[in-house]
Amino acid sequence: MINLAGHDIQHAWGKFIFTGVGLGLLIGVTLTMAGVYRGMVDDAMVLLDNSAADLWVVQKDTLGPYAEPSSLQDDLYRGLLGMPGVARAANVTYLTMQVRQGERDVRAMVVGVVPGGLGEPGQPRYLVDGRHITRSHYEAVADLTAGFRLGDRLRIRRNEYTVVGLTRRMVSSGGDPMIFVPLKDAQEAQFLKDNDAIVQQRKRTAANPAFNRPEVPGLLDAVTHSQSANPYVNTVLVQIKPGVSPEEVAEPIRRWKRLQVYTRVQMQSILIGKLIATSARQIGMFLVILAIVSAAIVAFIIYTLTLGKIREIAVLKLIGTRNRTIAGMILQQAVGLGVLGFVVGKIAATFWAGIFPKYVLLLPGDAVRGIVAVVVMCALASLLAIHAALKVDPAEAIGG
Amino acid sequence: MKRLHIQGRTLAMIGVLVPLLALFVYVAIRSGPLAPVLVTATTVENQSVMPALFGIGTIEARYTYRIGPTFAGRVRQVSVDVGDRVSAGQLLGEMDPVDLDDRIAALEAALKRAESQVTVAEAQAGDATARMTYAETQAQRYEQLVEARTASAELLDAKRQERAVAETTLASARANLNAVRHEQTRVRSDRDALVKQRANLRLIAPADGLVVSRDAEPGSTVVAGQPVVEIVAPASLWVNVRFDQLSAAGLRADLPAQIVLRSEGGRKLVGRVLRVEPLADSVTEEILAKVAFDSLSKALPPIGELAEVTVTLPALPSAPTLPNACVQRMNGDFGVWLIENGSLRFARIKTGARDLDGRIQILDGLQPGDHVVVYSRRMLDRRARVKVVERLPEGLR
Repeated sequence: MINLAGHDIQHAWGKFIFTGVGLGLLIGVTLTMAGVYRGMVDDAMVLLDNSAADLWVVQKDTLGPYAEPSSLQDDLYRGLLGMPGVARAANVTYLTMQVRQGERDVRAMVVGVVPGGLGEPGQPRYLVDGRHITRSHYEAVADLTAGFRLGDRLRIRRNEYTVVGLTRRMVSSGGDPMIFVPLKDAQEAQFLKDNDAIVQQRKRTAANPAFNRPEVPGLLDAVTHSQSANPYVNTVLVQIKPGVSPEEVAEPIRRWKRLQVYTRVQMQSILIGKLIATSARQIGMFLVILAIVSAAIVAFIIYTLTLGKIREIAVLKLIGTRNRTIAGMILQQAVGLGVLGFVVGKIAATFWAGIFPKYVLLLPGDAVRGIVAVVVMCALASLLAIHAALKVDPAEAIGG
Repeated sequence: MKRLHIQGRTLAMIGVLVPLLALFVYVAIRSGPLAPVLVTATTVENQSVMPALFGIGTIEARYTYRIGPTFAGRVRQVSVDVGDRVSAGQLLGEMDPVDLDDRIAALEAALKRAESQVTVAEAQAGDATARMTYAETQAQRYEQLVEARTASAELLDAKRQERAVAETTLASARANLNAVRHEQTRVRSDRDALVKQRANLRLIAPADGLVVSRDAEPGSTVVAGQPVVEIVAPASLWVNVRFDQLSAAGLRADLPAQIVLRSEGGRKLVGRVLRVEPLADSVTEEILAKVAFDSLSKALPPIGELAEVTVTLPALPSAPTLPNACVQRMNGDFGVWLIENGSLRFARIKTGARDLDGRIQILDGLQPGDHVVVYSRRMLDRRARVKVVERLPEGLR
């Protein structure tokens, strides 16, 4: 028995391949959109993974530190270290800002970490170049996506920092690259105003008779100094001892330290459910519509391809070909087209995913789901075409 | 002919589909979880680590003299300006004496009057002495006359009484003289006190120095203790450095230090740790130290300027070392990824001294010659397949 479908494809292979490539590009776009959605969720997840924390201790009644601002005194971590079940606790600050390098500036999340605290929560977990921060001031480890190179000098507020290390996939929940700097610098950067504002603030303080009292020399200096100090951090990241559950450690901190504590599960639900919820749903909505549109286009293409061959099908019927054979031919062609399209789409998506400005995550699971969906879609679409083919009158082969 | 035609088409189709499939397989393997993780590796080497400590501080003067009046008052004149060099004993300014000069003049007059009174009292005392001497003589004479029965007892009594009166007059005159002399001393002391107060209104430089601040202008009123002029000893500049307590091990006096001033970019000045403060800052978790300049140029660095200080510690004996980028924490354990026969093993390590270039001494857990992962394209785990490359490719890194 000869393979009718194969022969037909061979007969018009150029048309078949071009249609397949066109379909493939469409499938590629759909896969990419799924990748964009996954990438967005992954950005939020790597933020949690990279912080390497089991607990996030933040200001009471806030959803900090990512979803809401939170500020804690920077000596609170000492008390936390004494709580049962706490193995390590580290002060961290987060501040999203424009980081300048010469003429250009990059939107980045500046993370303040304790310098030299290798393996402490909040630190960059692995590097792709350079080294970790060793000096207690003016060094930075930047993510690759920020576009900095080793040895670059970048400017955060008033101070210049030297890039000493590079990381990969260290991003904020919004996909902004992270730039790690020593904690004290980051605290200062978070609070430090520009020089004009500082000078004006000093003048205002000096003009206030309550602070500028001639009979108390030195009071004004003390007040000015206290105005320009920042003993706050955004969160304390806690790692717990092996063998205890996060909730067991979190509860006493909530109760006795009167602070808000989130476990990883809670933090995940804050990030996914609150922080990126709308934008993820936006992309998800777009993905659904794109998938429906793709399905419709696949159906139309297969239907028109079959209608284009209606005369040949009529001839087949005339010479007594069984309906099953004709249906099989159409189905095989449709599935073949779908598989070809998927292959092209997967290749295209993989190549152009790299040039997207934000992270696009193509999961193998999504690819499998994609090919199943494409095959099912093609099979369903071919039903319509089969119906049209079987309805055709063999007389059409002879008539006009 | 037709068969050949079909074969040509088949070939063309194969020519398109096979590369496509090959590309697909490549893409699936390269980008999926099947792809090996690109890593770079290094070898544990015996090396000497030269630890250094890094801190920042501000330039301060060891000796600062805040010169101001000891009484509230008005500034009459300030004779030096910021930037002037002054020597010990030099007049810097003066407070307004208000009525002090007049009071001194009054006391001068009172002193003169007291002197005259002393003279008067001395004269009176002399007069009383003369009278006393005369009365004494008279009394003795009459005693002899009464013995010789040539004068009456009544006369003798009168002379004796005169002598007694002269005695008391003399005592009174002497007492008066003493009182007047004391009065003179009091007035003199009063005057001396006022003169000293007057001198105290002159602001005098206590030591050689540089005027760094002029806080009050002539005519302004200052309270007691409020500085009018501030002087520092220029040779006494030092850097008050703060070292993070986490990385201050080994800090002690006499270590050599490099000082980079913020205004002077890369220029390195040489100094020495003068002392490590016995009191650390418990709030900021820093250790404080004073670093003195070895030599200072004529133009002094601005006091209060930010300075970066690197203190070099003596080199440690050679020991296994690694770059700090190798070190990771996995499930609470501190260690590195060892490459053994192409597979990964997480080795727990103990680390020792570190230097500022990111090298860490390994005290335990590794042998020299072990291959260790430095950089990786993603977080590694035990099951990860790795491919060791010389350098992570640019861009993809």
